[in-house]
Amino acid sequence: MHGLINRSIQHFLCKTYGAALWQAVAEAASVPAEGFEAMLPYDDALTFAMLDAAAGRLNKPRAALLEDCGAFLVSLEPVRRLLRFGGVDYADFLASLNELPARGRMALPELDLPSLTVTAEPDGQLLLRVQGQVPGWGLVLAGLLRAVADDYGALALIDRVPLDDEQDLVTVHLLDESHASGRRFDLALPVAS
Amino acid sequence: MTPGLPQSPVAEVPVAALGRLMPMFLWLGAQGDIRAVGPTLAKVCGGNAALVGRPFGEHFLIASPHQASAADPMPDLAGKRLHLALRQKPGTGLRGLAVPVGPAAQGGVLFNLSFGVGINEAVRDHGLTDTDFAPTELAMELLYLQEAKAAVMSELLALNARLQAAQRAAEAQALSDPLTGLANRRALELELARTVAEAARDGAGFALAHIDLDHFKAVNDTHGHAAGDRVLVHTANMLRAEARRSDLVARVGGDEFVLLLRGAIEPLALQALGERVIARLEVPVDFEGAPCRISASIGIALSHCYDPPDVDRMATDADAALYEAKRFGRGLCIVRSTGARGGAPAPAVATAPPPAAPPLSD
Repeated sequence: MHGLINRSIQHFLCKTYGAALWQAVAEAASVPAEGFEAMLPYDDALTFAMLDAAAGRLNKPRAALLEDCGAFLVSLEPVRRLLRFGGVDYADFLASLNELPARGRMALPELDLPSLTVTAEPDGQLLLRVQGQVPGWGLVLAGLLRAVADDYGALALIDRVPLDDEQDLVTVHLLDESHASGRRFDLALPVAS
Repeated sequence: MTPGLPQSPVAEVPVAALGRLMPMFLWLGAQGDIRAVGPTLAKVCGGNAALVGRPFGEHFLIASPHQASAADPMPDLAGKRLHLALRQKPGTGLRGLAVPVGPAAQGGVLFNLSFGVGINEAVRDHGLTDTDFAPTELAMELLYLQEAKAAVMSELLALNARLQAAQRAAEAQALSDPLTGLANRRALELELARTVAEAARDGAGFALAHIDLDHFKAVNDTHGHAAGDRVLVHTANMLRAEARRSDLVARVGGDEFVLLLRGAIEPLALQALGERVIARLEVPVDFEGAPCRISASIGIALSHCYDPPDVDRMATDADAALYEAKRFGRGLCIVRSTGARGGAPAPAVATAPPPAAPPLSD
């Protein structure tokens, strides 16, 4: 697994549950003492050991942890900004999700994000088929899509249906495009003060 | 005319629709007056009202082609790639293409423009948004890529800094003796190689002092290894205190130390230094109430006795002087002030006074 993904999970656990929890998880999963490096590759097994250790210690299903992790990503300003480049509004953003893996590769060629296929149902519901090398991406995506909806100020019902070990279906029912005011997004980066 | 293309003009497109298709179009009449502009170009230039009906040259400068004149842009621009700048904001560059409108350009010239590489600045300076760009433009991708690249670069820079710090720490570890913190044999060899190269280049002299503790084994046997370690650390601290900043103190074996003394030092001064070191080492070191008594034998070789300076032979001669000191009864410093020039073997001559004190006993 790419270090960026591992480091995101590390950051999520550390910020959400505290450094002590992270230390315990790192020890249990034999994560390197200095944590993950965002720009180095790691064995997939390490990622799952880390997730299982965290789920065990927090007494929380791994699924819930992954969804929270997806939502957490959107709270990171650089990630939020990169996601918001995907569309003018939430509907536009959803329509561009097909391009998400390509956008990921644009940023980091070796980043192996799951492939996404978006189809629209006659009732307007969107079906996202998520296919990754490892299970759990649908959960992360569901959490992320909920947080992005909030960011745009849209109201949407988002569910995840597991299909098999490597495939998830995420359904998005967009109820109200402009439910709340949403967060501001300027194309130009704010000047650092 | 490209073969196979229909000759008839494309159906008339309303100005508003043209603006959606090409948000940065500019239409000049046959006289060079601005007839219409796309919404994004209008936004950048201060609005439609400021532009429409005004001469082209009032708002735009032609950066290239160089021979084109802003006063009468018609004849020169049609069909060419061009670079423009805004008169009001010369920092905003535009690039694009112009094509004639109507037969013999009677309908004027139509430009389609974009910001090119200056897109970042344009977005910032003019507060542009996603909707200001045509969906066919790669503007969003470019902006996205720039931010993604900045994030990746900062991660890489941080990684580099961490790796560099780790490398420095590993190097320092690999070059120092863990017990005393002095340089180890490897560090000494590196430093010697550098010093000899310097000496060969600019004739800077140096001296090599081999120091071997006397009665150290007895301290170990009588008081234990912890006491031995205490004595070694004490010796290291004392040598560090005697050395100057430019010198190097190394621990090269169990109770063997080497002092690399830079500069042309007189044999007498070296002799005095050696005797001072021995005197200080002979002051008993307290270990858990028990006095640990040691002394040292020292052999010193000077680089200016060798032409060219030869570290291996200096080391051999310093060792020979050291063993001579041991043979004379320990607790002595012997300085070799004659060496080998031009490769002749060094005679074993000691210039130190014969031992005045009886050999130390435990």
